[in-house]
Amino acid sequence: MKPVNSAAGGATGNGETGPVVQVAGAAVRLGGRTIWEHVDLEVWPGEFIAILGPNGSGKSTLIKAILGLLPLQAGSISVLGQPARRGHPEIGYVPQRRHFEADVRVRGRDVVRLGLDGVRWGLPLPFVQRGRARSFEKQVQDVIESVGAAAYADRPIGELSGGEQQRLLIAQALVTHPRLLALDEPLDSLDIQNQQAVAGLIRGIARDTGAAVLLVAHDVNPILSALDRVVYMAGGRVAVGTPEEVVTSETLSKLYGSPVEVLHASDGSVVVVGHPGEEEVFHHDRH
Amino acid sequence: MNDAGSFPVFSWNLWLDIQQMLQYEFMRNALLSGTALSIVSGLVGYFVIVRHQAFAGESLSDVAFTGAVGGAAIGINPLAGMLVFTVAAAVAMGAFAERLSERDIAIGTVLAWVLGLGLLFLTLFSSHVSGTGTGFSGVTVLFGSILSVSASQTLTIVLLSAGIMLVVSTIARPLLFASLDPDVAAARGVPVRLLGLGFMALLAITVGEAVQAVGALLVFALLLLPAATAQRLTTRPYAGLWLAALLAVCFTWTGITIGFYTGLPSSVCISLLAFCVYIVTVGLLTMRPLFNSRPNAATI
Repeated sequence: MKPVNSAAGGATGNGETGPVVQVAGAAVRLGGRTIWEHVDLEVWPGEFIAILGPNGSGKSTLIKAILGLLPLQAGSISVLGQPARRGHPEIGYVPQRRHFEADVRVRGRDVVRLGLDGVRWGLPLPFVQRGRARSFEKQVQDVIESVGAAAYADRPIGELSGGEQQRLLIAQALVTHPRLLALDEPLDSLDIQNQQAVAGLIRGIARDTGAAVLLVAHDVNPILSALDRVVYMAGGRVAVGTPEEVVTSETLSKLYGSPVEVLHASDGSVVVVGHPGEEEVFHHDRH
Repeated sequence: MNDAGSFPVFSWNLWLDIQQMLQYEFMRNALLSGTALSIVSGLVGYFVIVRHQAFAGESLSDVAFTGAVGGAAIGINPLAGMLVFTVAAAVAMGAFAERLSERDIAIGTVLAWVLGLGLLFLTLFSSHVSGTGTGFSGVTVLFGSILSVSASQTLTIVLLSAGIMLVVSTIARPLLFASLDPDVAAARGVPVRLLGLGFMALLAITVGEAVQAVGALLVFALLLLPAATAQRLTTRPYAGLWLAALLAVCFTWTGITIGFYTGLPSSVCISLLAFCVYIVTVGLLTMRPLFNSRPNAATI
């Protein structure tokens, strides 16, 4: 147990000592099936953690449980000392997604702005509270610049490319200056150049803002060099540790309960081969 | 409808023309109720497009037809019958079709049944009461008759519209968030499901009202075309919302005026006008890059 930090949520900048997320003995059941159990994890400020594993192993479920969107079967999850709950203001979330459809004629800037005031009732009235309106506009502009989306933030978001949309959605998640950034496969639908660029962007955010980053990934290689730790989920179980500790033939074989081999390519990227039902967890795409 | 035979003459002196129109009580009622229901059609229509619920809106207009005819057949106020029936159907649609992929099938299923029911009511109604003094008929419901809206109906429409405007301006921001980005909105604590159901109810009331003006068959003109035009003209969501309402009011006023001076059904004038403005807007915006020396590179 960790002492509840009374300043959590309101304080900024004064060295918080507790973990951002604490998962203790947690289990989730969905539709009568236990997705995973006995999960223990602590996420510390500034950490960059990847959640890896085959399809259906419950990676997104872990993110949703931390967001308070799913009930736990056992154990507990706390975020900044408080039990996980829906609408926690210190978490920025980018869900696994389909793209905005081409006919969505709303500016990227307004989508980012919704991250700041989208939960408020009422309409933003012109000429009322101009000071606050201006400060919101500046916050939105700052975060758009910080993700490098200023050039296209005023175009309809449906007309933008996948990488451009992804940058704006990361900006939307960042606009409240969260202390935890939860990203569900943010690189999955991007081409190689954009994967590298967005991974670099997320890495920079973690470094500059001190926010902890939890990133669900299908392919670990674009982010391997930036990771502090990995959470590897398979067969209802979880292994947590540094990439060197976890992404090994020995650990993964134990996790899958069948022989698995981790191959290291000459450029430092890794490929996992030989486990049943999953041919391409870390497919090696780079030329 | 105004009297056949001699139509008032449009003098191009707009002030006199407006005074001439406003002499008639039916014109005052038509313009007032038309304004009220156009504003809400524009506002609600904007969200119908953002939420990709055009098919649901179209279906509700058929439900509204059945509700109105059913109300008349069992002898209650057609407007009340229409509103109750449409709201019930809308909430059922929203509740039963959780996922987007299932929604079309669910709506189509309900729709087939409801239209059959409407036809049954129409048969009962026509055999029961022929030549009623209420000015009500199946044709009225299908094509609208804003010129025959009574003073008490006008009051109902204005009050309902004021209520919808209040609700829409209260929920506009979370609703936009939930419409564009439901997963993030839910994680941030926006009641996405409740808003979805509530919006279906708003849509039902709006469709029920708009049927008064343009009829069940042309309700799309007032609900979707102003909003679609507004979204072409601006990508700022709140500006688009109010522009949609403004355009809808302009179409309705102009349509009613043209109808008054030509004797054409005003619902047809409103629909055609909305359609023409939409086509011209899209056409001009599509052709604009041809005149620019530096075309916008479209990205995928």
